[in-house]
Amino acid sequence: MLCGLFFSGCKKKDSAGNPDEIVIGEFASLTGATASFGQSAHKGVRMAVDEANANGGVLGKKLRLVTEDDQSKAGEAATVVRRMISREKPVAIIGEVASSRSLEAAPICQQNKIPMISPASTNPKVTETGDYIFRVCFIDPFQGAVLAKFMLQRGWKNAAILTDVKQDYAVGLTDFFKDYFTKNGGTIVSEQSYSSGDKDFKAQLTSIRSTNPEAILVAGYYNEAGLIASQARELDIKVPLLGGDGWDSPSLVEVAGDAMEGNFFSNHFSAEDKSPAVQDFLAKYKAKYLESPDAMSALAYDATMLLFDAMKRAGTTDSAALRDAIASTSGFPAVTGNITLDANRNASKSAVILQIQNGKFRFVETVAP
Amino acid sequence: MRKSDAVKKHIAHLALAAGLAASVALYAIAPQLDDYAVNILMLAGINIILAVSLNLVNGHTGQFSLGHAGFMAAGAYTSSIITLSLAPVLASAPAWQAQVAFFAALLAGGLFASFCGFLVGVPSLRLRGDYLAIVTLGFGEIIRVVIQNTDALGGARGLEGIPPYTNLLWTFGIATVAIYVVASLVNSTYGRGFISVRDDEIAAEAMGINTTKYKVAAFVIGAFFAGLAGGLYAHFISYIAPEGFNFLKSVDVVVMVILGGMGSTPGVAAAAVLLTLMNELLRDFEQYRMIVFALLLIVLMIVRPQGLLGNFQRRKRKAPQP
Repeated sequence: MLCGLFFSGCKKKDSAGNPDEIVIGEFASLTGATASFGQSAHKGVRMAVDEANANGGVLGKKLRLVTEDDQSKAGEAATVVRRMISREKPVAIIGEVASSRSLEAAPICQQNKIPMISPASTNPKVTETGDYIFRVCFIDPFQGAVLAKFMLQRGWKNAAILTDVKQDYAVGLTDFFKDYFTKNGGTIVSEQSYSSGDKDFKAQLTSIRSTNPEAILVAGYYNEAGLIASQARELDIKVPLLGGDGWDSPSLVEVAGDAMEGNFFSNHFSAEDKSPAVQDFLAKYKAKYLESPDAMSALAYDATMLLFDAMKRAGTTDSAALRDAIASTSGFPAVTGNITLDANRNASKSAVILQIQNGKFRFVETVAP
Repeated sequence: MRKSDAVKKHIAHLALAAGLAASVALYAIAPQLDDYAVNILMLAGINIILAVSLNLVNGHTGQFSLGHAGFMAAGAYTSSIITLSLAPVLASAPAWQAQVAFFAALLAGGLFASFCGFLVGVPSLRLRGDYLAIVTLGFGEIIRVVIQNTDALGGARGLEGIPPYTNLLWTFGIATVAIYVVASLVNSTYGRGFISVRDDEIAAEAMGINTTKYKVAAFVIGAFFAGLAGGLYAHFISYIAPEGFNFLKSVDVVVMVILGGMGSTPGVAAAAVLLTLMNELLRDFEQYRMIVFALLLIVLMIVRPQGLLGNFQRRKRKAPQP
């Protein structure tokens, strides 16, 4: 095995392909269960590559994007990444949205010493694979702190928590929320739980109501959040509900209707953000694809742009130098907030808070880390 | 009759030896191949094990099972938990010790999977056809959902950092053994029972065949090899998550069995390789790949409804009847 790696490692230098181009690899779920994530991410990457090429490429060379579809299937990500590395010799790889598929590809990229940047895998384990694996999104625990900070800023010092104990994501969000909130002067007045798939939350909500919280954190996904919101309003709970990026779905409002009005959730990016980086990206994206971008395309665009920035700073596409350049990224102005990569190769960056108003997600503010 | 059986046995042993020799040869040339080629070979080998073992249940015994991915998951998780818990010790141990531990973990995974197979086999005694398919489908999903909700198994996030012990020798060695065991089992006197259960369960019972025993045996042996395949897969990809063992994975294996020809071991093994290769060769079609893939399957099923080698085997079996 090791011998084989050594062998292919040697070959890489011999057959670098066309010396006037730089190959960028991308693997995404273009088809299958999470095709919408993959398609959005692919559009973001494509746009970044086309833009760089229109501006004369990077390091005086044209960029060539190689995209492989992993069909949203387990096992496929490992196969396509091996194929890409063996055949196309990319200098770096962008992918994937789903943490499970990033975790399949990460050991392979690490072994072959090819930097990999995941646009949207929030599972902390992804970048723990090794020093060639990066991400441009915040990780699950970070959102907990963001939401706590936002509540405290609004002066809501007594919070109740309702957690989906079936989802690691929700449990992590709650833990880190509690930690930050209580350390900074907040009080958790009630802690309740539910399981994905539950339909009736009145018992938990009644118990929460009796403690008079000023805000309620609903850590979970949009399906239950919608039901929780409508039942909370039925029980005459008027305080705002808050959630994480698991709420980001049009179905959130479809289920709850008016009951969702005025609630908040944290997300990676808002199309309503007035910052020039976001507005510029929106305009370009709409011109190119005739549709509005979502958080996935914005993150994928950022991941690719960050890679090009690192290449320019490194002045080479040599893997170790490129790795170091990516690792030292600091304050990179991206669509989804300024990105600084920390010692664990995770992006430390701001999150946005959105509010539901008239059935739309309205931008409220940006919360810095 | 006796003589031809002896010859058959001889051929089977020769095939076993040839298969093992080929595995060693593949292992030896692996360093000359690029990672992608090794990857395809590895998947082909794992698919052979899955398809041949499912064929014992679906093809030879005629019990329609849709739960193969569940058994694969049982084996994958059992063996991974063992190697992961031994990892601190094995990291500093010599390579051969790690490989021995890996083999033991694989076996444990296979045994646990066959225990699960036993659990499915028992209710299956009362059910036939579509009903059994639903029970096995449900069972496969239960295994997946249990894993998804067990923190010690990584929950929905899966298990990562599984040591990559699987190599081509293990994969093709076990694939050869799986083919040998299944082929010699159904060709043995004992194994005729499987086929009699498939061909006519009532008649088999009337002839004094314990159909219950045969059905459970088919599930237990089939699940054992599926568990081994799961262990090999886990230690090849290094990461497993419950989503990877969903219903669609079971369907993939069923397709291999039907395409290869129900009840034909060589046909099913060939189909496993063919489908693995086809999946890779069609990558150049990008988004249209699955359309082309499905079209090829439809054409194949129209041209050869009995499967690739289905007819060939059946004729051979029927010939000595009179």
